[in-house]
Amino acid sequence: MENEAGALSRVAGLFSARGYNIESLIVAPTEDPTLSRMTLVTVGSDDVVEQIIKQLNKLIDVVKIIDLSDGDHIECELMLVKVRAIGKDRKKIKGTADIFCGRIVDVTGKSYTIELTGTCSKLDAFLDTIERNTILETVRTGASGIGRGERILKV
Amino acid sequence: MGTEELTGAEITIRCLQEEGIDYIFGYPGGAVLFIYDELFKQNKVKHILVRHEQAALHAADGYARSSNKVGVALVTSGPGVTNSVTGIATAYMDSIPMVIISGQVPTYAIGLDAFQEVDTVGITRPCVKHNFLVKNITELAITIKKAFYISSTGRPGPVLVDIPKDVSQEKTKFYYPSSVSMRSYNPTSKENPGQLKKAIQLILGSKRPMIYTGGGVILSNATKQLTNLVQMLNFPCTNTLMGLGGYPATNKQFVGMLGMHGTYEANMAMQHCDVLIAIGARFDDRVIGNPKHFYNKERKIIHIDIDPSSISKRVKVDVPIVGSVSDVLNELIKLLKASKEKNDRAAIKSWWAQIDQWRKRDCLKYDRRSAIIKPQMVVEKLYKITKGNAFITSDVGQHQMWAAQFYKFDKPRRWINSGGLGTMGFGLPAAMGVQFANPKGAVACITGEASIQMCIQELSTCKQYNLPLKIVNLNNRYMGMVRQWQEFFHGNRYAESYVDALPDFVKLAESYGHVGMKIEQPNDIEDALKEAFKLKNRLVFMDFITDQTENVFPMIPGGKGLSEMILV
Repeated sequence: MENEAGALSRVAGLFSARGYNIESLIVAPTEDPTLSRMTLVTVGSDDVVEQIIKQLNKLIDVVKIIDLSDGDHIECELMLVKVRAIGKDRKKIKGTADIFCGRIVDVTGKSYTIELTGTCSKLDAFLDTIERNTILETVRTGASGIGRGERILKV
Repeated sequence: MGTEELTGAEITIRCLQEEGIDYIFGYPGGAVLFIYDELFKQNKVKHILVRHEQAALHAADGYARSSNKVGVALVTSGPGVTNSVTGIATAYMDSIPMVIISGQVPTYAIGLDAFQEVDTVGITRPCVKHNFLVKNITELAITIKKAFYISSTGRPGPVLVDIPKDVSQEKTKFYYPSSVSMRSYNPTSKENPGQLKKAIQLILGSKRPMIYTGGGVILSNATKQLTNLVQMLNFPCTNTLMGLGGYPATNKQFVGMLGMHGTYEANMAMQHCDVLIAIGARFDDRVIGNPKHFYNKERKIIHIDIDPSSISKRVKVDVPIVGSVSDVLNELIKLLKASKEKNDRAAIKSWWAQIDQWRKRDCLKYDRRSAIIKPQMVVEKLYKITKGNAFITSDVGQHQMWAAQFYKFDKPRRWINSGGLGTMGFGLPAAMGVQFANPKGAVACITGEASIQMCIQELSTCKQYNLPLKIVNLNNRYMGMVRQWQEFFHGNRYAESYVDALPDFVKLAESYGHVGMKIEQPNDIEDALKEAFKLKNRLVFMDFITDQTENVFPMIPGGKGLSEMILV
């Protein structure tokens, strides 16, 4: 979409006005600073998704839109988790983070902050694996996505 | 780049001149004072001063609808904008091309809760095709160009340009491009030949066809093509409320308006046809009722519309054709002429026999011998006196439906009403816009005593500009449509629908400097109308005291289907 003030609120406003759900939404400028790329995750029947795409296409600020779930694609989300890490828990948490290819990006005597990327379900699985009461804080970006192979969304 | 250094206010007016705008409708205020100052210094663009910003929008809207040009309104920041929102939403729902220029507080004051500040772009976002806040004077001319381009192409709609006061004061070199292109907006789409072919097969194979057309035919100026198509095929045709005048109402192939208050024959034919050709219409709730009841397994639907999102929104269609209605109809006619196949004549004949059977139900009948004025009779007489040539605007409610049912529109852009949003108060200001666009035309506003009071202050504007409108007030001392629903669905409990303490409309009209008439006898209807239209240079307010108990029939109750009409 155009990297213009208000473009995001047009998209968000459309979803709330027409009663569609936003599961997650992520947006940032691309290599072309006049364009932003948004990945939006929504749920709905085929008819609803078709309407969502048609309605989004009508927004003047939306340049191009594809349904990534129509074909092969890569989906990736970033999560930062701050966990309480004391005594023998420290080793255990480090071990779990390693299994999930997470990186510990901040350490104090009492806590770790772990950076984790991957599909949404992988991040969910990590949170399910570590003990719930050790979690102090989580931040997730929501999924960003890109088509596999030759499947390219470009203006 | 041009060499002239102009202020933002000068640029705004120059842009309007370049667009060939002759009238704009507005109301001044602090944030637009520089723009008004420039308006004052020239005479190409004439400004019409209304009495309330809502009326400026409706007047620009009526101007646009009746003239096929873009309507332009100019309002100030804050309350100027919030007063306009109803008018903007009205135009948006009916896809009317308009450009709204609004003043904004200076850029350095935005966000600081300045005097008369609102987030105009935010408030209007859901009811415009697009809007802009111009923060930089160098962007002003191109933005206005884009606004006109977006509003008038594709599926038309209102576009708002918000201009902060300091931007209207600063200077820059003026250059107005003759055209503009935007990578994210490409309104022209070519119809898919495969779908056209499928449509032709369905059309030629149909035994019980029906053509259903909406406002898209009017907006696309495709009435000639539609008439050709309907007549070469000998199919029945119905128009939506927004589509009236798209096909000549006096032609025998016209089966009347369809929908909640549509004719028995139109609704029955819609329900029982085997091939439905929907043209520039959107299957909305007031037209087809409940989609589940409308569903008919055997019916195939061809849907022609310029807006892909209108297709398969409420009703799944079999053959979607995205494109401008006039282009698609041209193609269809060409293909039909070239085709060797023809429709099964005997089948079409027996379909017409069935439709004529439905027609015999005479669903619009009413008591013509009533001692109290029947509102339907007033509209019929108005049709007779004006020979069907008047521009008719309406407000919203029972009178709107009677106008739609009993005034036979043979030409497009003669029937001006708020179909989508249903805005009471639309009729009078819209009629002003229509009169400016058609200075020699007869313009009548069919209204009710409740609706007319929502923008009654515009009688003053009419005086200022000597607009000889004819106001036909169907006065039943009730919000008639509300009363009708309360009678049918709320056990006759007329909660707040009786308008007590009405003004004396005759005196009211006179106090604004107009002619007022009160008509209480059915025998006086015709003479009163004749007398009113003889007063060519005066606004005449005709207060018809009508039957309080009259209801609009047929009626499809909410949630029901087309064949579940309540009939008189």
